[in-house]
Amino acid sequence: MANETKKPALYLAEYDTPNALASAAMRVRDAGYKSWDCHTPYPMHGMDEAMGLQPTRIGVISFIFGMIGVATAVVMMQYTNAFSFDLLKIGAGYPLIVGGKPPGAFPSMVPIMFELGILLCGFATLFGLLGIIKLPRHNHPIFESDRFEGATDDKFFISIEADDSKFDLERTKALLESTNPTHLELIEEEVL
Amino acid sequence: MSSYEAPIKELGETYLLPEGTTANDVTEAIAGVTENPAPRGWWLLFLLSLSILGVMGAALAYLFYQGVGVWGNNAPVYWAWDITNFVWWIGIGHAGTLISAILFLFRQKWRTSINRFAEAMTVFAVLCAGLFPAIHTGRPWFDYYLFPIPNQMDMWPNFKSPLMWDVFAVSTYLTISVIFWYVGLIPDFATLRDRSKNLVRKRTYGFFALGWRGAHRHWQVYERAYLIFAGISTPLVLSVHSVVSFDFATSVVPGWHTTIFPPYFVAGAVFSGFALVMTLMLICRTVFKLENIVTIKHLDLMNKFMLGTGLLVGYAYAMEFFIAWYSANPYEQWVFFHNRLGFGMLDENGNWGPLWWAYYAMVFCNVVVPQIFWFKRARTSVPIMFIASILINIGMWFERFVIIVTSTYRDFLPSSWGMFHPTGIDVLTYLGTFGLFFTLFLLFVRWIPMIAIAEVKGTLPGAHPDLHALGAHDEEPGAAAVAPVPAE
Repeated sequence: MANETKKPALYLAEYDTPNALASAAMRVRDAGYKSWDCHTPYPMHGMDEAMGLQPTRIGVISFIFGMIGVATAVVMMQYTNAFSFDLLKIGAGYPLIVGGKPPGAFPSMVPIMFELGILLCGFATLFGLLGIIKLPRHNHPIFESDRFEGATDDKFFISIEADDSKFDLERTKALLESTNPTHLELIEEEVL
Repeated sequence: MSSYEAPIKELGETYLLPEGTTANDVTEAIAGVTENPAPRGWWLLFLLSLSILGVMGAALAYLFYQGVGVWGNNAPVYWAWDITNFVWWIGIGHAGTLISAILFLFRQKWRTSINRFAEAMTVFAVLCAGLFPAIHTGRPWFDYYLFPIPNQMDMWPNFKSPLMWDVFAVSTYLTISVIFWYVGLIPDFATLRDRSKNLVRKRTYGFFALGWRGAHRHWQVYERAYLIFAGISTPLVLSVHSVVSFDFATSVVPGWHTTIFPPYFVAGAVFSGFALVMTLMLICRTVFKLENIVTIKHLDLMNKFMLGTGLLVGYAYAMEFFIAWYSANPYEQWVFFHNRLGFGMLDENGNWGPLWWAYYAMVFCNVVVPQIFWFKRARTSVPIMFIASILINIGMWFERFVIIVTSTYRDFLPSSWGMFHPTGIDVLTYLGTFGLFFTLFLLFVRWIPMIAIAEVKGTLPGAHPDLHALGAHDEEPGAAAVAPVPAE
């Protein structure tokens, strides 16, 4: 690691109050940055607007997979309980007649349709969430900062990443300084 | 931009946590529990729970060696204690989902102090519950017949059976509860990771925190996902106990064949769950000194909930009796007046029903005891609510015992009547599940933040920016008069 080289990864500005963070966020938003973020110890309401974020569409994923769950349940139950043939060779093809009901009685299958719908919806929401926010990721350069540990306690941060097209060592620094952060630092990452 | 976190002054609301509590105080109080050496009381309780868990292991080993004959189950009381315990435990779990999901949808801010705790309780209670039907099958190594997987018999489950619905409902409930719980924990694991002094802790919590960095773009999706979890957990929790009640309601046994069962079971489940949350919370807030985060105000609200659900349960009891009388069905009336109430109808030897005392214990604990919460003094007195919550738990166990045993031990045909006596193994198995529950629970309070740190912080005064004052709405018509951003 003797000849390691470093390049700028992001600017990290620290603030003490939600209001200072929000007003700074509005400045960064208006300056037209795209690859930047606010870091807060809890979900802070009003920041969607202050950062100019569009609503998330994770609900679409959850809904689609919920419906897939319901459909899976219908197919599974009809195939294994009601059909008299077994194309998949899984030991089905034996209609179960219980309680004088038709083998494919629909009302009695509602509870399992519901439960499987919920189950797949839950898994889709979990993995959809992790997919959209691109976690797990343990190696983000922001963790190089010692002060960043406050972001899960009681401090508020704005980070502007170097891969933003508007990122400029001088101008970005000047913008963040004009928002009066309590601390401002440039974080570098190793170039491999 | 007055967010919902702000108390509504017109309604006399105030901030939940004491004036002047900072975000750092919250972190210190909650994360500190996992960082400081365990109090001696924790070790005592842990060793005790672990011993009881060992008793459960021994009882189960004996059961598997000898077979289900070691229990008091018999013909006609086939279900007996196993299903009683199953329904009781799973009901306990429901309050956790109610607190974490339903109160979330209703924007009840006070839930933040107790939801993590209650969710953990849900997960552990459902584990204990799931044990009973599994061992009740007699040969638990064949339990995989219950799942829709090809097996050597070339037989598939009968999906029209409520018992199969139960398999799906309970396993879905457990899975979704674990996921919901874990998603809520991610930011708090990050807090613990960032406070860790030694590498093992940092790596372990860091692993579970998934590299969480509190980014608002993450929080935005996270909050929506959390809302979706709350949205699907709410009908889920209602469905689970409804499905459990279908196990009874779809049969033709007098005392079970009742359309009131689904709402009645759900209300009872929430009632008993709240009672157990209360019991455990009172112990933990004292042992770990969290009185400032779980305040008397929170406890007062929980007691009101218990009063409300207790009244629902009382209504269900009364309505069951009314319908038994109104139906003019002699079997239904027999179960209620003879088997449960113990009088009104004598058997062929002129005797009252021998299990009457269980019914009266149930009514006393579930209907009479919670009435004390009409009084504010009782709702805010820790000893009173502690005793009441334990009595309610006992009463709710008796409710399931009454439903299962007194409906089946003397039903249609006197020649098929029997009696139920629990055996020592019954008792040890049931007590043993407390060992399982408390062992898991004590590990939880020791290693996982038992209160949702991030959520509590969001309810603090000034936790959210006042965008209006910052001039965020400049562009809106009529808002031009707002002062420009003051220099910080």
